[in-house]
Amino acid sequence: MTSTQIDGLMPVVIMMGLAVLLFLGGHFASVLLSRKKPTQLKQTAYECGEIPVGSAWSAFNIRFYVVGLIFIIFDVESVLMFPVATIFNEMNAMGEGVYILLVFLSFISVLIEGIAYCWRKGDLDWVKSYQVSARKSVVTPSKKVSV
Amino acid sequence: MNETVVTYLAQYEFFDYLTAFFGENSLLLTTIIFFVFAGIFVAVAATIGGLGTYAERKISADIQMRMGPNRVGPFGILQFLADGVKMITKEDVMPRTADKFLFYLAPLMCLVGVFATLAVFPVSSGFTLVDLNVGVFYLIAISSLVGVGVFLGGYASNSKWSMLGGMRGASQIISYEIPVTISVLTITLLAGSMSFGNIVAKQEGFLTNWFVFHNPFAFIAFFVYFVGALAETNRAPFDLPEAESELVSGYHTEYTGMRFGFFALAEYIEVFVVSGVAAALFLGGYNLPVKVEIDMIPIQLVQISIIVGKSLALYYVVIWVRWTFPRLRVDQLMSICWKYLTPIAIFNLVGCAIWMVVFKGQSMAQLLMGH
Repeated sequence: MTSTQIDGLMPVVIMMGLAVLLFLGGHFASVLLSRKKPTQLKQTAYECGEIPVGSAWSAFNIRFYVVGLIFIIFDVESVLMFPVATIFNEMNAMGEGVYILLVFLSFISVLIEGIAYCWRKGDLDWVKSYQVSARKSVVTPSKKVSV
Repeated sequence: MNETVVTYLAQYEFFDYLTAFFGENSLLLTTIIFFVFAGIFVAVAATIGGLGTYAERKISADIQMRMGPNRVGPFGILQFLADGVKMITKEDVMPRTADKFLFYLAPLMCLVGVFATLAVFPVSSGFTLVDLNVGVFYLIAISSLVGVGVFLGGYASNSKWSMLGGMRGASQIISYEIPVTISVLTITLLAGSMSFGNIVAKQEGFLTNWFVFHNPFAFIAFFVYFVGALAETNRAPFDLPEAESELVSGYHTEYTGMRFGFFALAEYIEVFVVSGVAAALFLGGYNLPVKVEIDMIPIQLVQISIIVGKSLALYYVVIWVRWTFPRLRVDQLMSICWKYLTPIAIFNLVGCAIWMVVFKGQSMAQLLMGH
């Protein structure tokens, strides 16, 4: 058996390199073949044919931020579950099935708790509905009264 | 050890002649072989991406009782080449206010993300470019690059339509990654491995051995994966980032010519990759319906045609879905992901784990046969 020096993540790097080559090749052909007649109006951003008003780089909606945060938490959790899932079968065959299942479930319960909390807080609604905000505003004063 | 196509070919006799010819310089030989195969992969993928645009137009024409493209070549099949030539010769327009570097980078990110997934795409037991031991995990991680490309495209254009499309795209792609990851996790749990080679090998044999029929939870997981994958590739009914009736054309509003072409190419190849991964994880991959002991190059070719056939069947479903269902609203999109798909995916995962322990890893078919 011959030794192969292309191993590990090297093939991935090669594929990425080929993608870059394809991109540059396409660009090069485009530069050679395309016509170039830039005008002032052509080079404005498209805004329904009007001259653009201001820049598009304005403040982000906070919703996108919350979605990003939830995503990161869930992604990290699922990444941590991959090793457990990989050895699950082995442990099961060794007769440790119930033990590994309990470990697994306790891990997932954290995930479920997280999603339940986000749901309760209304973070999973893209548009926070009137009901959620109304319920909060009703609940808080009545609590104060009861206390 | 990660099997590459070179280690597979090394077991044949003709490889010895090649090594004898190249003498001590085996690095050169492996590099040449690998580059030849990688080149074939890229060429085939680009052709499939191009034919994807043709298939999309032809199938949509069928669904809407139109003719579709029928001028260039027989049945218009060379339409994608004509489109490619047109895109290359189009004037390259960039808004003056755009961020030039990121504007160039965005289509490249999409393309690199998609081509990097091709490296682990399981075409056959020997000819897969590299069978990484963390295959599915790597695939999920690297396909996120497409999301970065979409967002960069929207941000760098400095156009309001693009910005909205890019933001929607980013939030959509990251959201739908969760149900997809958890569905893949279900399969990892069933197979006990993250490498595509092992996962497919576990489904060897007839249809009843496929993971989609392993247990009811895996069956649901397949649909969760498929819906999530549709959303991750920005296909209708989840094509909100480029919703042409609301956002002109979303994140690639300002892209013209070749750069737009790269976005389109990346999207169509990604749909193929996603279908292929669905076929490999759930639908038996490249396995022949009967068990074959001998390992020869013709058998490898049969395996390749099997997985390509399965992927193209799923590809057809993707296009069919696109031209059948109306587009979702952005808040519906988010609630489908977080309130339906994610809880269902977690339920599947728990169900699968319990099934594995209770039934000692047997599939439904094995239980029914009662051996």
